[in-house]
This record gives sequence, structure tokens and C-alpha cells, in this order.
Amino acid sequence: MKALLLLVMAVLALPSAATAEPVRVGSKKFTESVILGEVAVGALRDGGFEAEHTRELGGSRILWNALRSGEIDLYPEYSGTLVQELLDGEPGDLSTAAGRQPILKRLGVRELSSLGFQNTYAVGMLEPLAKKLAVRSIGDLARHPDLRLGFSNEFMEREDGWPKVRRVYGLDALAARGLDHDLAYRGLHAGNLAATDLYSTDAEIAFYGIRVLTDDAGVFPEYSAMLLVRDDLDPRAVAALERLGGRIDRSRMVALNARAKLDRTPEAQVAAEFLGEVGVDVETGQAESRLGLLVRTTRDHLALVAISLLAAILVAVPLGIAAARRPRLGAVVLAAVGVVQTIPSLALLVMLIPVLGIGAPPAIVALFLYSLLPIVRNTHSGLVGIPTPLIESAIALGLPDSARLRRIELPLALPAILAGVKTSAVINVGTATLGALIGAGGYGQPILTGIRLDDVSLILMGAVPAAVLALLAEGGFAALERALTPKGLR
Amino acid sequence: MLELCGVSVSFGTLVALQPTDLTLEPGQVTALIGPSGCGKSTLLRCVMGLVTPNTGTVALDGAPIGAAGWAAARLRMGYVIQEGGLFPHLTARGNVSLMAEHLGWEADRIADRIDSLRGLVQLPSEALDRHPGALSGGQRQRIALMRALMLDPALLLLDEPLGALDPMIRADLQRELRAIFTDLGKTVLVVTHDLTEAARLGDRIVLLRDGDIVQTGTLPDLRERPATPFVTRFVSAWDAP
Ligand SMILES: Nc1ncnc2c1ncn2[C@@H]1O[C@H](COP(=O)(O)OP(=O)(O)OP(=O)(O)O)[C@@H](O)[C@H]1O
Ligand SMILES: [Mg+2]
Repeated sequence: MKALLLLVMAVLALPSAATAEPVRVGSKKFTESVILGEVAVGALRDGGFEAEHTRELGGSRILWNALRSGEIDLYPEYSGTLVQELLDGEPGDLSTAAGRQPILKRLGVRELSSLGFQNTYAVGMLEPLAKKLAVRSIGDLARHPDLRLGFSNEFMEREDGWPKVRRVYGLDALAARGLDHDLAYRGLHAGNLAATDLYSTDAEIAFYGIRVLTDDAGVFPEYSAMLLVRDDLDPRAVAALERLGGRIDRSRMVALNARAKLDRTPEAQVAAEFLGEVGVDVETGQAESRLGLLVRTTRDHLALVAISLLAAILVAVPLGIAAARRPRLGAVVLAAVGVVQTIPSLALLVMLIPVLGIGAPPAIVALFLYSLLPIVRNTHSGLVGIPTPLIESAIALGLPDSARLRRIELPLALPAILAGVKTSAVINVGTATLGALIGAGGYGQPILTGIRLDDVSLILMGAVPAAVLALLAEGGFAALERALTPKGLR
Repeated sequence: MLELCGVSVSFGTLVALQPTDLTLEPGQVTALIGPSGCGKSTLLRCVMGLVTPNTGTVALDGAPIGAAGWAAARLRMGYVIQEGGLFPHLTARGNVSLMAEHLGWEADRIADRIDSLRGLVQLPSEALDRHPGALSGGQRQRIALMRALMLDPALLLLDEPLGALDPMIRADLQRELRAIFTDLGKTVLVVTHDLTEAARLGDRIVLLRDGDIVQTGTLPDLRERPATPFVTRFVSAWDAP
């Protein structure tokens, strides 16, 4: 089984291993991170490096692990995430870049200069109202106790959210209510709310014309944007990236986010426009057509499902047979594959990254592991469910073990086995969409991008084919079941 | 031909078969009879090596069958289980030829053998290409018998071969079976719970009760010289109108 996995992984790794080593940039699954990834790619290319971008990976943990294991060379990160999540528990002074530097170095990572903005909590008001009331800072709100505030539920709850803001700025007189983040913008726009919390680089800031109030007392944690690179990255590549230091201020980042998110300009082009303004010329490739996207995601998705399912059949059927033959071993095997099933998929993917990196291999291994249970269980129950008189007849005829398995037991258990494979296939088609979180492509990718850009048509580009594929798998295996079920068993 | 020496079987605390001695002479047809649950099937399953006896040995032609000997021994024995035990996914022909195919017989030889067996058990030829689910009970029993006879075994073990059939077909098949036994000169151990059937099929009757052989002999022996009061009760239950 191990050899088989290695073979599968080797085949998958072939195309990337064959080309020269480009600098690998990663980004998180939200627009700002993708834009910054594209900006980094542009800067690297301008510096004479090949660069490739693995976009929209699942989250900080996934990128951090990928960076440390050498799957990627850099990705955009925020100091607050570094301090509160990734380095949490490390000894030493984490609050400054200088303090973090030796710790990061020990981990084989390096933090480049701040890009020039922070993406942290902020409080904002519509510009005209702020102007009329002469509100510039959060503290100014104290002068207007009649204002109605609305904050996202999370902000209301968090200790460093509204409770702290209220205490530090003495806003006890103001009423605040919790609501959904998206509704807050609309409430602000409609005049129902005077101020709300936001992230300081939200695209909506530009769209609605919102004034971001200054946080003079420094209530909000520092979330300074920067590139996190591997310590062993070519110094010339580092130099090319360092040119970006301090070049993106908060309002510029808001504008870039708005360009991508609200105008639906492809991130590569948004990045190219920005780089052009700061004097770096980069070519952007042709944007992918919707058909091209469908073809590519279908191909990726099918590969994920087919390879993992095939490997699962090759492993699970023998496991099921062994489990049926030896009840004590069977109990262990069934319990083991059952336990695998209970691991949350994202956790499993994250666990696999240090071993298998990002991209298709960990996704295939995860799908493979999830596919085992239905097939093992059905093979086992199909075999142990064969009536004893039939087994004894076969033994009494003189059929040796292997022939009995081949001629009698497997054919009789076949409908059950195929039903297990069908279950695995359908589950696999759905679960494979999560592969996009670790850069494995497939239908999850347009879904992720669609969620990120709030683009329903893009979400449907992934969700509809995934649903269709699941139905096809269901129908196809049902037909196969009918075709392969021995005539006498129908 | 076949010798059971002190063979006993228990399932947990339940004693299915007391230590039993039984010898089958070549060409002899023995009918094994007794109330339900007395251990008839268990005795046959011991001979086939499907149950491992707690004590005693099973010997074929004077040589005890050891753990490694079953594979060869089974090829010399034909076994028909209580409900026929046909494989539902194979046609009747597939059921009959399964073992010969496994042993690498040529197709012609298999076809010839099946043909002659079909004549012997008087099965219509179109029944051969049907699956067991599409056959009558009598046809299934005939096919089970064909399958047991396919490799021309010296010893036949039949567990209620006519169990589930209606009385008319049953009488016909009893006659046919007896003719087959006589024609082929096989050594046969046939289980039944019907004393009339036992008398028709067997050269002698072995009466079993609670895992113990109570008496061995012909029907007149059982009637006229019963070994225990149980034998009298058992026989008179059949003699009563
Ligand atoms: N695998 C088993 N596990 C436990 N008990 C068993 C097993 N097989 C048989 N027995 C028990 O052993 C006893 C003898 O069973 P056996 O099948 O030999 O009876 P039989 O004489 O063939 O009965 P019948 O005429 O009903 O077929 C019964 O009490 C039965 O319940
Ligand atoms: Mg029985």
C-alpha cells in the first residue's frame, strides 16, 4: 500500500519536478492575500526570477506549514497572526519585528519589511456624517452619546473588541447592538447606524465612502502586512521583494481590494496596475475563460477522485477480505478505518502537509483514507453475510481457499462491495472540493474564489458540476452494480 | 471404506455428538435417522471436516484423515447439504462443473460427464442453463446430487436430500436414488428423519438419539429386536396409522 501511494505521488509530482525551480508564492483564501501574492510574483519576475503562485490556500496554518516544510517560499502574512497564532507559546518578545526575528530564524523563516498598511479591526463612519460631526478618532464619538452603533457579533463578544473600545475611550453612554457583518455596511449606508466595526482594508470602505476613525489609544492589535519568506530564499529574490516594503498604504490596499472585489478585475491585473504605478512593468497572462476553467477544474477533480478511489479499492477490498477471514483482525481494521473517518477533513489535510506538502498528493491521500471505511465495511459485511451452508458446500466440494474466494465469495459479496464503492465515490466527489484549500484544484477552487469575491455565478461554476458529478457517480455505479451483479442474484 | 472412531462433538456445553463409532463398508448404503437435533448433520459435517471433533478420528480406507488430509479426502466424497446449498450466482451447469473446472478438466470431458449425470438423475436439459432461483425444489435436489457425483466420488454423504419435497416427488426420487445407489455401487451415508424413507434407501439403519447411536440394523431388526424402549416408541410412531 505504501509503495502504491508513493507511486501515485511520484506520478503527480512529475510535471513540476521536470521544470526549473521557480520561486513559489502562496496566498490565503481571501482577496487581499491573493493580490499581495500576485504583487510578490510580479516583483520577483521583474527581479529576473521565475515565479509561480499557489493561490487561495486554506488558512494561516496551512500556509505556515507549507512554508516551513519548503512547499512554498513565501506568502503574505500579518504580524498579529504571527504573534497570536503561529508563534503563540514561543518564548521571547514577539511584539516587535526585531524581537521575532531570532525566533523566526530558528524556525527557518524570515519576516520582510512591513508593506506599509495594517489590516486590523477599525471603526468607521460614512464620510459625510463624520465630516458633519467632526469625528476623526474613535475617542471623538464620546461627544455624540446619541449616535447608534452596530457591531458584528464577533466584535461585540471579543475582549479586545467593543468591551475594550468602550472602556478605553469612555463610550459608556453610547448604545451598541450586534448584527451580521454584511448587514452592518447596509445599515450604515441606509443611515440606520452611525458607526460600525470593519477591517481596515475592506473594499467596502472605498465603495461606501467610509471614514476609518483613528485608533489613537492603540486598542486594536497590530496586524501589519508583510511577506514571510523562507530563510534560505535566494538573497537576490529577497532584495526584489524588499522593494515592496512600505509601498502599499492602507488606502491603496483598500483601492486594490475594491478593484478586485467590486470591479471584478482579475487579481493578476490589479497587481500589474499597482506595480506599474510604482514603476515595475510586468506582463499579465490572458485571463482564463469560463470554459477553460470548467475543463481544468473538471480534469483536476476527476483526477483527485479517480486516483484516490482506485487506490482505496485496491487497499480496502483486501482489507475487508482479511477482516472477514479473521474476526479479531477484522475488529481492529474496522475500528481503525472508522477512526480515520472521524478526523475532520481540514485537520487531516493540515496534518498531511508536513509529510506530503500542498497540492494534489495530500488531497488524494486524505480522500483515499476517507474512502476506505465504506469499502472495507461493505466488503466485510458482504463476505460474512454469505449463508454458512454455501460456504460449507464450497469447502466440501474441495475448493481451496483462494478459489473459493474468487469463484464463490467475492461474486456473492460483489453487490455489497460495489455499493460501498459507490458510497465512497459520491462522498469523494463532495469532499474533493475541500482539496482547493490546499492547492489541489478541482471544483472547490471556483467555489472558494466565488465566496471570496461574493460572486454567485463563480460559486455555481464549482457547485453545479460537483453536484452533477456526484449524481453521475451515483448513477454510474448503480448501473455498474446492475451490470456486474451475477444474474442469479438479481 | 469410512470409519469413525470415538468421534464426539460439543458446542460449548451442548454435546451434539457423544463418542461414536461407525463403520461404512464399501458399497453399503447406511441410513442415519433420529429426531430433530439429535446430531445427524453434525456427524456428516465431521466426516466432511466441516466440524472438528473434540475427540476421535475419521479414517478413510483405514488411514485417519489429518488436518492436511482433508483437501484430498474431500475429492473422494460427494456431499449434499440439507437445503441443497447451490450457489445462486452460478447456473445449474456452473454449479455442477465448478470443481471439475477448478481441477482443469477439458470442456468436452465436463460436457460428457454432465450429460451422463443428467440422464442418471433425469433432469430436463434446459434446466441446466438456469440459475437455482429459477428451478423447482426437485430440480435443485437433482442438481445438488449431480454436483456431488461430478468427480465420481467413492463415498456419498447426503443430508436429507429429499427434505423439502412434496410426498409424490419424494416417492419418485426415493426410487431413483435407490436405483442410482445400486447402479453406481457407491458407499452412501444418507440422513433422513423419515423411517419409511430410511428403509427404502438404506441397506441398514442407524438410529441416533441425543448424539448417541441407539441401534444399528434393518427395519425388521428395529421392530422385532429393539435395543431400548425408545426404539420401540420411535418405530411405532411410524407404524401408527
Ligand atoms: N454450529 C453450531 N453451534 C452450536 N450448536 C450447534 C451448531 N450446529 C449444531 N448445533 C446443535 O447441535 C445439535 C445437533 O445439531 P444437528 O444439526 O446435528 O441436528 P440434526 O440431527 O441434523 O437435526 P435436524 O434433523 O433438525 O437437521 C443441535 O442441538 C444443534 O442446535
Ligand atoms: Mg440436520
